[in-house]
Amino acid sequence: MEYSVIILLLPLCMFLFLGLVGHKLSERVAGILGTIGLSVAAVLAYVVAFNYFTMPRNAEGVFDTLQPINFEWLRFTEHLHIDLGILLDPISVMMLVVITTVSLMVHIYSMGYMHGEKGFQRYYAFLSLFSFSMLGLVVATNIFQMYIFWELVGVSSYLLIGFYYTKPAAVSASKKAFIVTRFADLGFLIGILILSFFTETFDFATLMSNPSALVSETAGMTFMGCSVAAWAMALIFMGGAGKSAMFPLHIWLPDAMEGPTPVSALIHAATMVVAGVYLVARLFPMYCAVPEVLELITWVGAITALYAAVVACVQTDIKRVLAFSTISQIAFMMVALGVASDVDLHTGLGYMASMFHLFTHAMFKALLFLGAGCIIHAVHSNEMSEMGNLRKYMPVTHITFLIACLAIAGIPPFSGFFSKDEILTAAFEKSAFWGVWMTAVAGLTAFYMFRLYYRIFWWSKPSYEHHTPHEAPAAMYLPLVFLALVTCVVGFIPFGEFVSVNGEAYHIHLDWSVATTSIIVAVAAIALATWMYLSENTKPKALADKFRALHTAAYHRFYMDELYMWVTHKVIFQRICRPIAWFDRHIVDGTMNMLATVTNGVSYGIRKLQSGYIQWYVWVFIMGALLIAVLAMCF
Amino acid sequence: MEIPMIAYLVVSTIMFFAGVYGFVTRKNMLAMLISLELMLNAVDINFVVFNRYLYPEALEGFFFTLFAIGIAAAETALAIAIIINIFRHIRNVEVRNLDKMKY
Repeated sequence: MEYSVIILLLPLCMFLFLGLVGHKLSERVAGILGTIGLSVAAVLAYVVAFNYFTMPRNAEGVFDTLQPINFEWLRFTEHLHIDLGILLDPISVMMLVVITTVSLMVHIYSMGYMHGEKGFQRYYAFLSLFSFSMLGLVVATNIFQMYIFWELVGVSSYLLIGFYYTKPAAVSASKKAFIVTRFADLGFLIGILILSFFTETFDFATLMSNPSALVSETAGMTFMGCSVAAWAMALIFMGGAGKSAMFPLHIWLPDAMEGPTPVSALIHAATMVVAGVYLVARLFPMYCAVPEVLELITWVGAITALYAAVVACVQTDIKRVLAFSTISQIAFMMVALGVASDVDLHTGLGYMASMFHLFTHAMFKALLFLGAGCIIHAVHSNEMSEMGNLRKYMPVTHITFLIACLAIAGIPPFSGFFSKDEILTAAFEKSAFWGVWMTAVAGLTAFYMFRLYYRIFWWSKPSYEHHTPHEAPAAMYLPLVFLALVTCVVGFIPFGEFVSVNGEAYHIHLDWSVATTSIIVAVAAIALATWMYLSENTKPKALADKFRALHTAAYHRFYMDELYMWVTHKVIFQRICRPIAWFDRHIVDGTMNMLATVTNGVSYGIRKLQSGYIQWYVWVFIMGALLIAVLAMCF
Repeated sequence: MEIPMIAYLVVSTIMFFAGVYGFVTRKNMLAMLISLELMLNAVDINFVVFNRYLYPEALEGFFFTLFAIGIAAAETALAIAIIINIFRHIRNVEVRNLDKMKY
């Protein structure tokens, strides 16, 4: 399957082409070129997926892991070298399909959404760069290649969040996203270094062939009360947590919504933010060797899921609600991984569930964001108070948005139901505690999504300031329709046949006790949301007044940003950076300045020697030569 | 009668220092250039003489002299070109007037 490399190279070529000569092209040509490039890549990804999954399974009943291309790039020692290549296994092939599909939809959608924006060609160049980096990340054959592309997606995310670079909010949001994820990536890098130092390899295949190698190599070594193996894996997870916006590193994602809405759909909902989940899934056997880290992942995921869901209930900016909903849903995937183990197919259900939810979530969350984009396009505002009654003006957006809301709330037969149900089953398998926790969060999810839905489409709104909202152009609603259809059907894909913890076919069967509970909870939550938000009334305000403290805290995201500001400004800047800055200005710079001053003074003193009279120079030269000759004769 | 080597060396030394004296004292750049040629030719004589008297079977000294003469010719052409350019700027060739190259 060597042709799979074209899937990567096409977006790269598009990026170079549009980036270098894009400004000479017209908008339409640039957009169509980018879209064509990506549609070819998407078709190729489907061909790869089809060929891969129709391949006969090997003797162990597993799909072979293929490395159609793998060449050595840098060699450090006999064992340690960085390769670049393409790794095809069930999860990477699944990711290829997800990324190219969502990216293609976003490319098409952006032709309508970004129409007439300054820098349209640059936008498409960045989209292509992002697609290339993300595809490179998922097919990485070794952890270092993954790290390289990991940073590349970070850069493209930075560029796209800051796309409206004349807007101060967008600029600071892009910096925030970059710095927070960079901080997390520092942990990732240290984790990679520890891992490769002890196992002497970066290669996923070698690591997976003996997943407990790290534990046995570092046996007996501890650091601050935890084993070195646990530290390494926890630090790698830190990188994933930063990228996937896990609590407490989530603070960049809500601000990242300053970017254009299709970018939020592609990067900050469907693809890049699940890179952390993908990373944990990729190294899953190694995480199973250190169960305490898996426990940590579960806790981080569960806390994030609950936190983000609570915050999402009171936000008033529709993109912020969706951002917190994304954080919460990714946390679901993390929890699913955390409660899984690789002992057998049954206990490894969480792994499959996590990947399944990643797949379905990418589709319906992209749909939600693109729908939100249509709404913002129509009413020129992100604030819910500017919306209401939109179902009459935007029927297509309304229906597709409703489908996505039903999917994320977990109502059958939409895709979210199936994947979320598997996650809840896996959580209940681990312990009733996690099961109940996650079911509660699922109920909250249904509530806040329908709060959003009713608030946008039903809540009364007498008049619109700018103009009467109207349905978006075809370039924008066709991707919505496509993604809505996908959301309706992907739940029925026998996902377990393709992806499971040890690669063997797993037949998904619904656990009806769990499914019934989650449906009842979801329906109850939707009913509550209907009661509160179906039409304009004072119930939400009364409730907010009753729980004033909780409402204010949640509205301010439990003051996490303020906490970060306090820590960075008051503690790090004042107590650490200022003394270092003083040392730098006065000691380091002072030494250099002194050298410069001395040199300057001496040269000023002797500059008169340079009189400009050539004959004087010659005279001095000859006298000097004679002097040296005399001295040579004397000694 | 064989002329002793020392005689040639005395002539070349006188030539050389005459050149140095001229180079340092002349005001006119053309005169300085002539002095420069004098110094070069003094050195050429030394090469030839040492070759002739000390290593009669070798040819390096002669060839070196030929090189030096060739290069001196090129150098003179260059110097004349520079002097002409200077003349175009300041309408004379007095070296005292060329003090632009100081600090």
